[in-house]
Amino acid sequence: MSSQTPSQTVGPFFSHALTPGATGHAPIAGRQLADERTPGTLIRIEGRVLDGVGHAVTDALVEIWQARHDGAYPDGSDAFRGFGRASTDADGRFWFQTVKPGAPPENGAPHVNAAVFARGMLNHAFTRIYFSDEQEENSRDLVLASVDPVRRKSLVASLRDPAGPPVYDFEICLQGVHETVFFDA
Amino acid sequence: MTSKRILSPRDWSSHPRQAHPEYKSTLLRSQRQPLVPLPQSLSELTGPAFGHCGVTGLDADLTRNAIRAGEAIGERIVVAGRLLDESGRAVPNALIEVWQANAAGRYVHSQDQHDAPLDPNFLGAGRALTDSSGRYRFTTIRPGAYPWRNHPNAWRPAHIHFSVFGTAFIQRLVTQMYFPGDPLLALDPIFNATADATARQRLVAAFSTELTEPEWALGFEFDIVLRGPQATPLES
Ligand SMILES: [Fe+3]
Repeated sequence: MSSQTPSQTVGPFFSHALTPGATGHAPIAGRQLADERTPGTLIRIEGRVLDGVGHAVTDALVEIWQARHDGAYPDGSDAFRGFGRASTDADGRFWFQTVKPGAPPENGAPHVNAAVFARGMLNHAFTRIYFSDEQEENSRDLVLASVDPVRRKSLVASLRDPAGPPVYDFEICLQGVHETVFFDA
Repeated sequence: MTSKRILSPRDWSSHPRQAHPEYKSTLLRSQRQPLVPLPQSLSELTGPAFGHCGVTGLDADLTRNAIRAGEAIGERIVVAGRLLDESGRAVPNALIEVWQANAAGRYVHSQDQHDAPLDPNFLGAGRALTDSSGRYRFTTIRPGAYPWRNHPNAWRPAHIHFSVFGTAFIQRLVTQMYFPGDPLLALDPIFNATADATARQRLVAAFSTELTEPEWALGFEFDIVLRGPQATPLES
């Protein structure tokens, strides 16, 4: 038997390795998980990461892991790999272009799994991104039901304009009155 | 709701507590609400596969993967080890990414204000896949210590950042590897955020004569342990 290696903060200087842009090596994953050729509905998730006094967290890293449009998790054989990675900008903003995941086969509402890392976070935090236009499914979701109703909305990304292209807004508050629900998974 | 676990929980006696006042950046970024228990479903127990992402051998050699004209400057080292889970089982074909400062203690990053030279032949980023027995191996330059503004005259001990994927999304681990005998370790609020001294020692690599290459580079061994299968209590 061995014991777990302790977590440590990702620190402020990860971008040249984890989210390289024009310089550096080709990234292993990025903000764009899907394009027009990917089966399913192409969506954008746009968000911000905020600290305990509402200031932008400009050096956070957000990773997502999600099912395909049919609810199955990718096994590495698909062009759609289901994994994305984005760092926040000078305004604390991040975005992903992906497909809307299908409902998981077990039960529950469609969702994207997320891990949040930043300087000042000694452990990363797990959360889930549900969708505001899935009210029916959301109301039957056992994980959402297990969360204090007041805090539940922190897990639901809101569809910006039902008439326009599907863009969902999702705010991640690390601390404070609006602290996002984070899970002990 | 019943709470089903397949993987053991995060071991909070090993991991640092999230709010650690000595590390100033935790003050406004640590969570104050308790974590909400989550049963482990496919969402938690599956994870991205990187076997076909085009990771090459060169990616694991930081002394060569960014050279332009000349050699990376500093003390060459080999850092190698095994990726295991708590049951001692190897985690094969897993992605490990590393990043670090150069020999002078400077990162290739626009926000790094430390007045130390950049090395045009050193990026300080690499990645590797573990082999069938969970082994990985990097060749790099020993990073320098660097100052940070956490408190007066604060210096981070030399360290290499590690990002590790297991097979499940909740096995994800980001950590830092330190060097044995570094006097700065006792003074570092990040290293010491892990309260348990035995757990802290798991962040310190061991000098290894076996990994040391004659006339070339010192070797350091650093094993990494991820969450493993939940130990099932025996029925009485
Ligand atoms: Fe660092």
